[in-house]
Amino acid sequence: MTMSGQRKVVPAIERRTAVARILAKRGDALVVTGIGNAASDVAAAGDRPENMYLAGIMGGASMVGFGVACAQPKRRVVVITGDGEIMAGIGSLATIGVEKPDNLAIVVIDNQVFAATGMQQTHTARGVDIAGIARASGFPRADVVTTMDGVEAHLAEIVERPGPYLIVLKVQAKPMDRVEVPRDGTFVARRFRRAATGAED
Amino acid sequence: MARKAATAKARPAGDWPEAVHALLRDLAVRQVAYVPDSGLARLIDLCLADPSMRTAVLTTEEEGAAMMAGAWLGGARGVLLTQSGGVGNCINMLSIFEECRIPLLMIVSMRGQWGETIPWQVPMGQATAAALAAAGVIVRPVDDGARVAETVQAAARLAFDAMRAVAVVVSQRITQNGARG
Repeated sequence: MTMSGQRKVVPAIERRTAVARILAKRGDALVVTGIGNAASDVAAAGDRPENMYLAGIMGGASMVGFGVACAQPKRRVVVITGDGEIMAGIGSLATIGVEKPDNLAIVVIDNQVFAATGMQQTHTARGVDIAGIARASGFPRADVVTTMDGVEAHLAEIVERPGPYLIVLKVQAKPMDRVEVPRDGTFVARRFRRAATGAED
Repeated sequence: MARKAATAKARPAGDWPEAVHALLRDLAVRQVAYVPDSGLARLIDLCLADPSMRTAVLTTEEEGAAMMAGAWLGGARGVLLTQSGGVGNCINMLSIFEECRIPLLMIVSMRGQWGETIPWQVPMGQATAAALAAAGVIVRPVDDGARVAETVQAAARLAFDAMRAVAVVVSQRITQNGARG
């Protein structure tokens, strides 16, 4: 035990493997990524029109996903983001928790560091429990997993079962290979909208 | 999508919330994100009572900016209702509208502007229009209750048809919110 009373979690999940596994089960789900490595994780699994990569607006991924989920209530919407990103908009969990969109799932890739800016410890490294915040905010279920078996056991909650659902994946903190994420926001946004609506405008 | 031709109808100036709500409904605005504000209370209540509108109360205004981007990405129209104090909270989140050329319609109720009596409202109130403009949002001020609906109508065209981020800034002269003016 550390001084803060938190047991140190030694994660066994490799993030790209876990994200690729989730996306293999996505069906026609619409995916919104947070800034940073989460966008690369999703792009590494294969670029698709149903992917909206956010490379800015830190803290906004969950609410972008919520807006999409309200607009497309029959489609599954999966937000894939980092622990630093979701903490930057943590009030969003209260907003989503009270509105309870049943087609929205949030996957938090929790490496417990700000990997993009020099591996400084995040709040989760020091005891903040994002799944606990989600439950306390009205999410009917939120889980933390530390192994790929745990990811496998919760795939149906992520891509299929009624939500809102949030899962924290405790992943290895390690330098990641850069993966090219489409850089043109206007292109990605229009391609995504067309994939979401089937409309041309 | 077939939409009724939305026209801002002439009403008494004090009925601007009714006129704006009817206009938003005719414009097929389906998502309404808000942080409560007494200047917008009547409009918020009308939206809450409208089953065609999905409403969300926010913990902070930038959540609503992100939600509005998601609404458009999912094929729906939305409106963000906020007090001028909340505009400052939105600045970084507004970058998605310029970077992705996504429409945004905001209705901002002013504080710190016309007969304000609370000193803490003045700094952000005086910075509101400049902050919106600096973040790439087109600002459409209105200081006559009889003109709010037509201003929202023009702003909605600029937003949803010309694909721009637009804020209708409703003067404290109209809302008399915290003012003795």
